Amino acid sequence: MSLVKQIRMVALTGNEAIAYAVKQANVDVIAAYPITPQTIIVERLSKYVADGELEAAFIQAESEHSALSICIGAALTGARTFTSTASQGLALMHEVLHIASSMRAPIVMAVANRALNSPLNIHCDHSDIMNARDTGWIHLFANNVQQAYDLTLIAFRLSEDLDVLLPTSINLDGFILTHSVEPVEVLPDEDVRNFLGENRYPYEIDFNKPLAYGVMALPDTYMEFRKQLYEVLKSAPRIYDEIAEEYAKISGRRYGKLLPYFTEDAEVIVIALGSSVETLKYVAKRLRREGLKAGVLGITMYRPFPEEELVEILSKAKVVVVMDRAYSYGGVGGPLYTDVLSTLYKNDLKITIADFIYGLGGRDFKISDAEEIFKKAFRALEKGSFDQDIYWWGVKE
Amino acid sequence: MSEKLIVEKIVKGEFTWRSLPPAAMISVPTSMMYKTGSWRISKPVIDRDKCTKCLLCWVFCPDMSIKRLPDNSVEVDYEYCKGCGICAEECPVKAITIVEE
Repeated sequence: MSLVKQIRMVALTGNEAIAYAVKQANVDVIAAYPITPQTIIVERLSKYVADGELEAAFIQAESEHSALSICIGAALTGARTFTSTASQGLALMHEVLHIASSMRAPIVMAVANRALNSPLNIHCDHSDIMNARDTGWIHLFANNVQQAYDLTLIAFRLSEDLDVLLPTSINLDGFILTHSVEPVEVLPDEDVRNFLGENRYPYEIDFNKPLAYGVMALPDTYMEFRKQLYEVLKSAPRIYDEIAEEYAKISGRRYGKLLPYFTEDAEVIVIALGSSVETLKYVAKRLRREGLKAGVLGITMYRPFPEEELVEILSKAKVVVVMDRAYSYGGVGGPLYTDVLSTLYKNDLKITIADFIYGLGGRDFKISDAEEIFKKAFRALEKGSFDQDIYWWGVKE
Repeated sequence: MSEKLIVEKIVKGEFTWRSLPPAAMISVPTSMMYKTGSWRISKPVIDRDKCTKCLLCWVFCPDMSIKRLPDNSVEVDYEYCKGCGICAEECPVKAITIVEE
């Protein structure tokens, strides 16, 4: 008898990997409205349901606003619930995003990150999810197709944890990850079943034990309910760590809230979200061979923001570059930049830092871009400063 | 702590974010706490002679402020009635009139 566990590798796109994970999670309700570039996720799921491979209610709603509303209703019956969207669809969901988190509905949603109109653009950037950043959801980012698969399974476990009960978004870069085929190691169905267990949602709608849901709270109680949301989000990272550790035991793949790469002794650390992390890692490895102390920090859990871990890693760096694939218009910088900046300030860390706005509307982030950005960062290391705080990288001047 | 007790404490202002049920999911009618009758500027008055006990006002009242009595006659619960006038609008025999407070 072989002691080596059989590994099953399949070639999947990001969208297919997520649909496969959702099927293995044996969801009960899928409600969605098609939008590029996530369409294939729900297309595959509808096929699984039609072919009898997945016993679930597949509901095509009349809009994303309705799709997420349906998901809330379903989640409150104790059903394992999934939806998926992107860009304008996520924007149309916006008010329901707040309701889902504050009603503590454990929904998992894939977001195929795509630019917002106008001008119309169907390609990747993070403007859509950054708009939804403060809605009380847990936001996870995948750097590659394998992570999209793994994080989807982790998300169900995390959302449904009785000490969490919050919706989670899995972000994957539109087209770059949703439509790229990569080899993916999938778990046996049985392992997924054991890992996820049953959804034990404790407030399920029950006509014999009626509860009021989504009630009105006046000034005398409203603030206490918001404090509950604040507190539960503060405790979610600890629970994520436990779940990720358990997942590592069954899969061999460990996902910290942050994914540091050569950061230990790095003088320059570049922080990013999504697929660009992989490009940056490739370049950092090459720079290491040249003797340059380059590091990369990928962020898996963007909300709740892993402040403590970030401080620990950045405290040893001399120059930090933040890569923002979105901008906070009229604000002081990109959304990730302002997060990092305030974390550094709160922790008395004065580090040379700059924000690079890049890849909006799907503009390619190439190896040469990563090389150039590292080069600029090492020049800032010599000089002690960048020549500006916000770069619109690659924009035609 | 029973939920009834929780409500009593809410009424008295004796609660914290920890003691409130998560996401305000609660099995007791906390809306009883809010006596919305004070919002009213005009009130429905029922003419018992005209009333046919059809109960349409009881069905349509959005605030459960029409009280149904054992003989199917109705009364207004002025502690909660906001004076919206829907009952008067729906009454098929014009037994309800809205008068200024």
